[in-house]
Amino acid sequence: MTEKRVVFRGWLLPAAFLLPQLAITVVFFFWPAAQAVRQSLFREDAFGFGSRFVGMENFERLFASSHYLASFQVTIVFALATTALAMGTALVLAIAVDRLAKRGAAYTPLIVWPYAVAPAIAGVLWWFLFNPSVGVVAYMLHALGIGWNHLLDGNQALILVIVAAAWKQISYNFIFFLAGLQAIPRSLIEAAAIDGAGPFKRTLTIVLPLLSPTTFFLLVVNIVYAFFDTFGVIHATTSGGPGQSTTTLVYKAWADGFLGQNFGASAAQSVVLTAIVLALTVIQFRFVERRVHY
Amino acid sequence: MVENRPWLNIATHLVLILGTAIVLFPVWVAFMASTYTGVEIDQGAMPLLPGGSLIDNYRLILGEGASREGLPPVGPMLVNSLVMALCIAIGKIVISLLSAFAIVYFRFPLRNLAFWMIFITLMLPVEVRIVPTYQVIADLGMLNSYAGLTIPLIASATATFLYRQLFLTIPDELAEAARVDGAGPWKFFKDILIPLSRTNTAALFVILFIYGWNQYLWPLLVTTRPDYYTVVMGIQRLTSAAQDQPVWHLAMGTATLAMLPPVVVVLVMQRLFVKGLVETEK
Repeated sequence: MTEKRVVFRGWLLPAAFLLPQLAITVVFFFWPAAQAVRQSLFREDAFGFGSRFVGMENFERLFASSHYLASFQVTIVFALATTALAMGTALVLAIAVDRLAKRGAAYTPLIVWPYAVAPAIAGVLWWFLFNPSVGVVAYMLHALGIGWNHLLDGNQALILVIVAAAWKQISYNFIFFLAGLQAIPRSLIEAAAIDGAGPFKRTLTIVLPLLSPTTFFLLVVNIVYAFFDTFGVIHATTSGGPGQSTTTLVYKAWADGFLGQNFGASAAQSVVLTAIVLALTVIQFRFVERRVHY
Repeated sequence: MVENRPWLNIATHLVLILGTAIVLFPVWVAFMASTYTGVEIDQGAMPLLPGGSLIDNYRLILGEGASREGLPPVGPMLVNSLVMALCIAIGKIVISLLSAFAIVYFRFPLRNLAFWMIFITLMLPVEVRIVPTYQVIADLGMLNSYAGLTIPLIASATATFLYRQLFLTIPDELAEAARVDGAGPWKFFKDILIPLSRTNTAALFVILFIYGWNQYLWPLLVTTRPDYYTVVMGIQRLTSAAQDQPVWHLAMGTATLAMLPPVVVVLVMQRLFVKGLVETEK
């Protein structure tokens, strides 16, 4: 942590300045976090008459539950597919815009704006497109001989939420890929061109390797997004169904807590989720910070 | 461009046209749906060109129509969203400016503790600790209030760290000179630091406004009375309230309205927003 040489004296003013942030952090962050850990060790009485200490039992039940393991699997498939689709599309578009230089800039606003669309709205839009009775895309699929009904087919429901979640994330990835591409020195590309490397070879051997810090950063951010920020996409469209086919970990933690009123199980899931975020953060700091040279 | 390859240029344009078409498609369809009557849409095979009910539909959505269908009115929902987005953006900026100033420019006992307490909140979204946070709000009697909607979402540290980084790049001589000239910390903060961080604050405001406007899960939990619904969560009520089929033309019109303010903010402030986003995440 770098320090300032010149500082002001006194502690009353800085204490007063820190107070609002610390108060909010303690009340709405540390207190609930402590409650989550506490609740994860207790089991609520079925009639709501208090709770008793059960130690790690909630966690044991969680990892013995086939529903929970299934939602783990759904989350991983969902996160990987969303990340691959959103990053792949964004990379192609960013390389295209970068190639056209100034003329490509005209496309940028057209690609950037979905950043501002809420995940829940993105879900509703694609839900409408894929709606079996009125949706345009469902209609086109029917014309191609593909029966589409995500209300009955779990895989199709998963595809629907993946497409909606990825669509919203393309703009974010695009912004970072484009910034990464524009930071690559022109002289490197020109030197390669003089040596006879064509545009595809240059992309493969120079641009993509130099883009790897950005790619890695986006990989982590996208996985975090798919894990935690896509509740709206799922809740507004499939509600985790049909069956459990689109129930991700965050959705399940919410459903068990608020629909099932099973606070112990939900709190245990919160603790597991927290561990996952922390692990992802550590990975990001260890690898990204070490490799990126600003 | 290093060399001139006409066929590759054409291919690049084609890729971009196809890409932007895919990106724009869902919104185009939603907007088109909001220009037809419900009966026309239910006939199947949504047309992709505008129909004749644009003005009628939006008058219905913003007026009484949506509530006549048993749905919450959209006008007040837009106001609630605006209040929520503004409170979150301004609240975060204010507490972050203050605490970053305290951490960078002062030495006081427990400074490192305060720093780490804020730092640790960086990566945990509210979704992860949703049940206990909800219980805290309920215990404090903050359900169905603007305070309950906004204050818990202000508790994150990204903005604090952006300001901290910014303050660390400001030369020491500036604070020294201010002190020599007899300016106290408050004057230095107000007359020098805040004006110097103006562009960053503007960029941050755009990002936080969108963050606040787009909240979904939190308002869904905290608001049980329709007069506190925000528009993004209200969409879900619109699509699920009607018995079997959603009222598509009204739902899509509302979705269009819900998207409009943040999208306009992004498009108008595009340069600033992109710069701010890339900096915040680093």
